[in-house]
Amino acid sequence: MYAFEFERPSTVADAAKALGEEDAQALGGGQTLIPTLKQRLAMPSKLVSLSGIAEIKGVCKADDGALCVGGGTTHATVASEAKADYPALAALAGNIGDPAVRNRGTIGGSIANNDPAACYPSAVLASGATVVTNKREIAADDYFQGLFETALDEGEIVTEVRFPVPEKASYQKFEQPASRFALVGVFVAKYADGVRVAVTGASESGVFRWSEAEAALSSNFAPEALDGMAPPADGMISDLHGSADYRAHLVGVIARRAVAAAS
Amino acid sequence: MPADGGIGAATPRREDVRFLTGAGNYTDDINMRGQAYVAFLRSDVAHGKLKKVDTGAAAAMPGVIRIFTGEDFEGVGGIPCGWQVTDRHGEPMQEPPQPVLAQGKVRHIGDRIAAVVAESLEQARNAAEAIVVEIEDLPAVVDMKKALEPDATKVHDDLKNNLCYDWVFGSDDAAIEGAFSKAAHVTTLELVNQRLVANPMEPRVAIGDYASHSDESTLYTTSQNPHMIRLLMGAFVLGIPEHKLRVVAPDVGGGFGTKIFHYAEEAFCTFAAKALHRPVKWTSSRSEAFISDAQGRDHVTKIELALDAENNFIGLRTDTLANMGAYLMTVAPAVPTYLHGTLMAGCYRTPAVQVNVRAVFTNTVPVDAYRGAGRPEATYQLERLIDKAARELGADPIALRRQNFVTEFPYTTPVAVQYDTGNYHGTMDVLEKIADIAGFEKRRKDSEARGKLRGFGINCYIEACGLAPSHLVGQLGGRAGFYESATVRVNATGGLVVMTGSHSHGQGHETSFPQVVADMLGIDPSMIELVHGDTSKIPMGMGTYGSRSLSVGGSAIYRATEKIIAKAKKIAAHLMEASEADVELKDGQFSVAGTDKSVAWGDVTLAAYVPHNYPLEDIEPGLEETAFYDPSNFTYPAGAYACEVEVDPDTGKVEIMSFAAADDFGNIINPMIVDGQVHGGIGQGIGQALLENCVYDETGQLLSASFMDYAMPRADDVPFYAVDHSSQTPCTHNPLGVKGCGEAGAIGSPPAVVNAVVDALQSGGHKVDHIDMPVSPARVWAAMNNA
Ligand SMILES: Cc1cc2nc3c(=O)[nH]c(=O)nc-3n(C[C@H](O)[C@H](O)[C@H](O)COP(=O)(O)OP(=O)(O)OC[C@H]3O[C@@H](n4cnc5c(N)ncnc54)[C@H](O)[C@@H]3O)c2cc1C
Repeated sequence: MYAFEFERPSTVADAAKALGEEDAQALGGGQTLIPTLKQRLAMPSKLVSLSGIAEIKGVCKADDGALCVGGGTTHATVASEAKADYPALAALAGNIGDPAVRNRGTIGGSIANNDPAACYPSAVLASGATVVTNKREIAADDYFQGLFETALDEGEIVTEVRFPVPEKASYQKFEQPASRFALVGVFVAKYADGVRVAVTGASESGVFRWSEAEAALSSNFAPEALDGMAPPADGMISDLHGSADYRAHLVGVIARRAVAAAS
Repeated sequence: MPADGGIGAATPRREDVRFLTGAGNYTDDINMRGQAYVAFLRSDVAHGKLKKVDTGAAAAMPGVIRIFTGEDFEGVGGIPCGWQVTDRHGEPMQEPPQPVLAQGKVRHIGDRIAAVVAESLEQARNAAEAIVVEIEDLPAVVDMKKALEPDATKVHDDLKNNLCYDWVFGSDDAAIEGAFSKAAHVTTLELVNQRLVANPMEPRVAIGDYASHSDESTLYTTSQNPHMIRLLMGAFVLGIPEHKLRVVAPDVGGGFGTKIFHYAEEAFCTFAAKALHRPVKWTSSRSEAFISDAQGRDHVTKIELALDAENNFIGLRTDTLANMGAYLMTVAPAVPTYLHGTLMAGCYRTPAVQVNVRAVFTNTVPVDAYRGAGRPEATYQLERLIDKAARELGADPIALRRQNFVTEFPYTTPVAVQYDTGNYHGTMDVLEKIADIAGFEKRRKDSEARGKLRGFGINCYIEACGLAPSHLVGQLGGRAGFYESATVRVNATGGLVVMTGSHSHGQGHETSFPQVVADMLGIDPSMIELVHGDTSKIPMGMGTYGSRSLSVGGSAIYRATEKIIAKAKKIAAHLMEASEADVELKDGQFSVAGTDKSVAWGDVTLAAYVPHNYPLEDIEPGLEETAFYDPSNFTYPAGAYACEVEVDPDTGKVEIMSFAAADDFGNIINPMIVDGQVHGGIGQGIGQALLENCVYDETGQLLSASFMDYAMPRADDVPFYAVDHSSQTPCTHNPLGVKGCGEAGAIGSPPAVVNAVVDALQSGGHKVDHIDMPVSPARVWAAMNNA
């Protein structure tokens, strides 16, 4: 690790101010950033911990029924507190990493990082959620912009994610054997006005919506509706854990399982 | 089971108290006054010419004490190799130097370019990054077949080519060709035994210390064999006589072979401590371990089995490429030859067996022994091949094996070794019971009802433990002795200290070795303390590897204890005014046969050190004996393993449903520890079969360089095991009748898993003969879909 300054503000406003400094960086749960620092792959001048900001922690329900998760909420908290209102989201959070990771890692950190194999981005995208920052509200469809790329500006803080709660949903993850991130993860969410399907782990351009599957499921929300379907292998990740063809195939399999498991 | 903690008792491991309460004393727990820290600058290219290493700016950075480069080591020896293999033409292998710090060239990712010694670790790292290095990239030699092409780039410019040796062993060409020309059926298999990273829980650490007042150097290191490090480093690298060099290997958190070898980092810290008159500490990070610990396996093999019309094995021929990596580590040349070729006959009486191994230099991290070392590679290819033969012939895989078992002992194989004893039908009988083979078809139907393919896989294994005897090993090219030593020191008040040359790094010696002595003396094991791991405290010993500790080290302890008993009886005879021949030792009491005379163990030990009433004219005071034990042969543990898997046909994911192991380890000292050794070994074998894979790209970059991509087995990847070692044929040539159990699990398990996966796929109508390990979901799916 290189040397850095450290600050732990208690309000979003103070955090934003601290992050205004050159090369300052937000620290969520540190589950991605700390290993990066240890490997000397990042050199922030200052770390601004968001862990002392009460206003961005916790799970609550908005008047319109949406589930609001504070940007600084840990995976463990989502796993327990979203269970009643959005069980598929809670199950996703409860299956990230191990207990240590879940008790430190936050939803804000996960979607700010936007790892192409991370779980949360698929939930945000499939739910058509709104990412709320200290500056604005960003629709999920505009938020994820490729591998580790998001719509966030330098120093912008994810303060909340608002999830419209679907009638039925499920996230199924097929684990990469080493990291246990998603080799392919599929989040299926059925709303009154249609079905959204988001796929993580598979594509070279990060989380994406599988529109053919959405169309098929919107007219018939059943696993059979996806029989024989898989997205094109073109543009899928090919690495030591699986070829593009394999990933494309898995998307179909895992999507069918997600539909079958949706509740 | 004896309740007294002697031989055969499942005594809980006494060392676990300190390990489980965080009170272990590992090398990194040692901190010396005035200690400085080392950071190595390592190559980030696999092959290149070092044009410039400019340390100027880095040397001026805060906290930097000194920066060392290859130039500082020009007069210093290289890291030696401990085994010279002679090739098929009688020529010695090609043996390149391995400098402590790179000279002229870097040859693998992680090769050491420079070392910074600084006041703090962070300062050392900062300065290492500031060293300016210019490297002219050279083409990397990664693929073994390409490395042997005539125009391949040479890893070592001074060698003829990238071939370390071309070794042929076993039956002559005429015998082999005769067998294959007569064959009614020949089964052929090409396979890869993939490269693995050992990944012991504790990364390597070295601390050098130098005392100018006595001119004595001390190295604290994570080693399986401190005396071997003292000999290799003192005599071949740094030129320090052994009486001025102490090597301490305190608690060591797992070795699995990768901590056998003498590493450059050890020599560096010892050298730098003397140069700087400061203790110098290096602690490997996990990332560094991936590119600097010797790796394991990495064979590419073609194997052929000739059978006659009655399905008798009549000939076996193998052709293997074995990857040495960029340099020869301590026993690397022996692994694919004498630890692999000699086991190629397996449990079978194939009359003609010939093994050809070509060892190859590549621009990859060096490869050496890893749990099983050569024997897993031999077992895997042979047992996969037999499975394939059974399928081709429509034979039952168990019956085919049974038909060809060696049944008469001693048995001399065509690959030079002599199995002293065994009962392969016996272990197979046990296996058939504990694996509930009879119930398999029902279990398969249940799986199918759930949409899964179920497979059953079986294999046998034989291995050789306790490499020996020393003069034979010397003839085969080993540059060391392979005895073990023990000193048993009885104290005046009756307690004992047993000093062993074996090293415990997880095996539980501190519990099981005292059980042997306690059993012999009839005293409580808590009266016995085991000392190991410090060359200043123990007799010259060869350490722990190759499952040798109990069979060789335990035998040395046995012999030393025999001497103790003999002398104690003399003292007891004197005390009881009886004839020595009439003295018996039972339950810690000496008595005279046929009388009521007796003296306690403690009376005798006290007399030995307070010799007032003592036969001083006949024997010396004191009660301390040393023995060196050099076995007359290897021991040959063997067994039969079975695995059941479920394959998800939609994803290719394999789940292990059950695993059964029937082993013959001869006599058992502590059955609980043996169970644990087998469990751990099978876990590693399952890791190799399903998960682990060390992969370089064509430029020599390591793709699986962290746990994000290198899949270690986790608890939920392995089942509860059924382990049984009741079928016992005691070793005929060591006093304990023991064989060794440390590697069996890792040797015996991979073929059972892969055989089971192939069986599952076949049951689903997929004509799949073979899948290379790791049998990952992606590979299974590809095999099912010919993709
Ligand atoms: C062993 C292990 C296993 C894991 N397994 C999984 C898995 O299976 N699935 C999965 O999805 N993830 C997994 N993760 C990643 C985990 O979910 C992390 O918690 C997450 O990626 C990052 O969250 P964090 O709060 O720790 O962020 P940090 O590591 O603190 O930060 C990550 C990045 O986000 C920025 N950031 C943090 N918070 C905010 C915010 N509120 N607003 C704006 N920017 C912010 C930081 O500046 C940094 O750039 C795993 C991690 C580990 C260590």
